[in-house]
Amino acid sequence: MSLTGLFLITFLLVHLIGNLQLLAGDEGQAFNIYSDFMANNPLIQGISKGLYLFILLHAIQGLMMAWKNKKAKTSKYAGGRGSGSWASKNMALLGTLVLAFMFIHMGDFWYKIKFDSNSINAVSYAGLDHEIKDVYSKVMETFKNPIFVVAYLIGLIALAFHLGHGFQSAFQTLGLRHKKYTPAINFVGLAFAILIPLGFAILPLYMFFN
Amino acid sequence: MKLTLKIWRQKNQSSKGAFESYQVEADEHMSFLEMLDVLNEQLISEKKSPVAFEHDCREGICGTCNLVIDGRPHGPSQGTTTCQLHMRSFKDGDTIHIEPFRARSFPIIKDLVVDRTAFDRIIQSGGYVSVNTGQAQDGNAIPIEGNTAAKAFDSATCIGCGACVAACPNGSAMLFTSAKVQHLGLLPQGKVEHKSRVQKMVAQMDKEGFGFCSNVGACEAECPKEISIDNIAAMNRGFVGSMFSTEE
Ligand code: HEM
Ligand code: SF4
Ligand code: FES
Repeated sequence: MSLTGLFLITFLLVHLIGNLQLLAGDEGQAFNIYSDFMANNPLIQGISKGLYLFILLHAIQGLMMAWKNKKAKTSKYAGGRGSGSWASKNMALLGTLVLAFMFIHMGDFWYKIKFDSNSINAVSYAGLDHEIKDVYSKVMETFKNPIFVVAYLIGLIALAFHLGHGFQSAFQTLGLRHKKYTPAINFVGLAFAILIPLGFAILPLYMFFN
Repeated sequence: MKLTLKIWRQKNQSSKGAFESYQVEADEHMSFLEMLDVLNEQLISEKKSPVAFEHDCREGICGTCNLVIDGRPHGPSQGTTTCQLHMRSFKDGDTIHIEPFRARSFPIIKDLVVDRTAFDRIIQSGGYVSVNTGQAQDGNAIPIEGNTAAKAFDSATCIGCGACVAACPNGSAMLFTSAKVQHLGLLPQGKVEHKSRVQKMVAQMDKEGFGFCSNVGACEAECPKEISIDNIAAMNRGFVGSMFSTEE
């Protein structure tokens, strides 16, 4: 749980840095070249297979755990909602929202880019000897639709809360707790949980309003 | 002060329970258990069955007075057991919900009394020192660093009440088990068997059907002895270490 979670966290960071090239202001040249590289580099392709496996592993283990934990508790108490943050008690719900979001997201882009080449135009840039897919225009087009923008924002808010608990929780699970370092981990975790989803949220909002 | 009590009444493990309403006249100097004694006297004189609840020392050391008061194990005040809770924490006219600990591994025996023998079996699985430690030692015969001694003592203050399990939305026993593991494992006599102890006690805890820890932290917030979740992290560290160890 903690190891797969931390792997997914690293993925999020890399994914966001890559996607921020959408904002480069060069009509998508940098982003399209980057997409082409990611789609054809054997090492990246290998890692992405591992990523799919880890997402499934994390989701299955999380849901199984949540189900067993529900059985370990007989009922709620009358009067009073109990201690502990809301996010920490709703990790399975938040995770499921994130998973649902990921399916929509993969259907929008990954599936269309990989298997539905009619929906994507090709572009050529000076210095490249072959045409590449114009993923940038596809992203632009998708985020002109307000329904997608709203769905993305819901998914990202769920992600923010999931990370808000999950980041520091992973360290505690691994036994990495320390008087000096734990406050720093909590701080970084909070910053990560706010900044990463915010970074992702800028993309659909920017595309929608431009 | 006049109070309305909503108390969970349940005949036995298999019957279905429900809240029942009672009126009681209490004094603010009474402890919470004394207030319940007053109610029970009243019920007995009315030839009704008194409310079953557990208690023994009434001074916060035995860990039997386990009630959930308005949704909080051991009630509203921080770092105290139910027997140390006084009626001055409540106001005249208050309605108070009183119910038993709720967790699959703590089945209800009657009313507010639950069966906590799962904890005994966790202790039996490894919560002991089986090496010969000889006679009682002279004060400073075994040098133990002050900070370590203090930590071991803090862990040892766990009274095994089970409020951590009751507070946890997963019904997890990690706080109790880790307190016991750390209490023994930090000291030289207990260190010898630390790795096998972690393995055995965690295995027994899982076997009893307690849930998995997801670091909600409700246990630490409700523990009457304020046992820290530092213990859980330390036990996790010990568990990971013991998996890579070649020792039996
Ligand atoms: C990018 C996506 C995700 C990231 C970065 C992520 C990250 C994390 C992290 C770091 C933890 C804490 C692990 C621990 O304390 O041991 C966690 C816990 C959890 N995750 Fe995720 N997760 C993601 C997606 C999902 C999905 C798709 C699901 C399920 C449908 C899910 C379900 C859970 C559950 C139930 C927990 C609670 C387990 C626990 O508290 O230990 N997560 N996640
Ligand atoms: S850790 Fe605290 S709440 Fe849990 S059994 Fe020990 S004293 Fe009770
Ligand atoms: S009766 Fe012993 S701790 Fe409360």
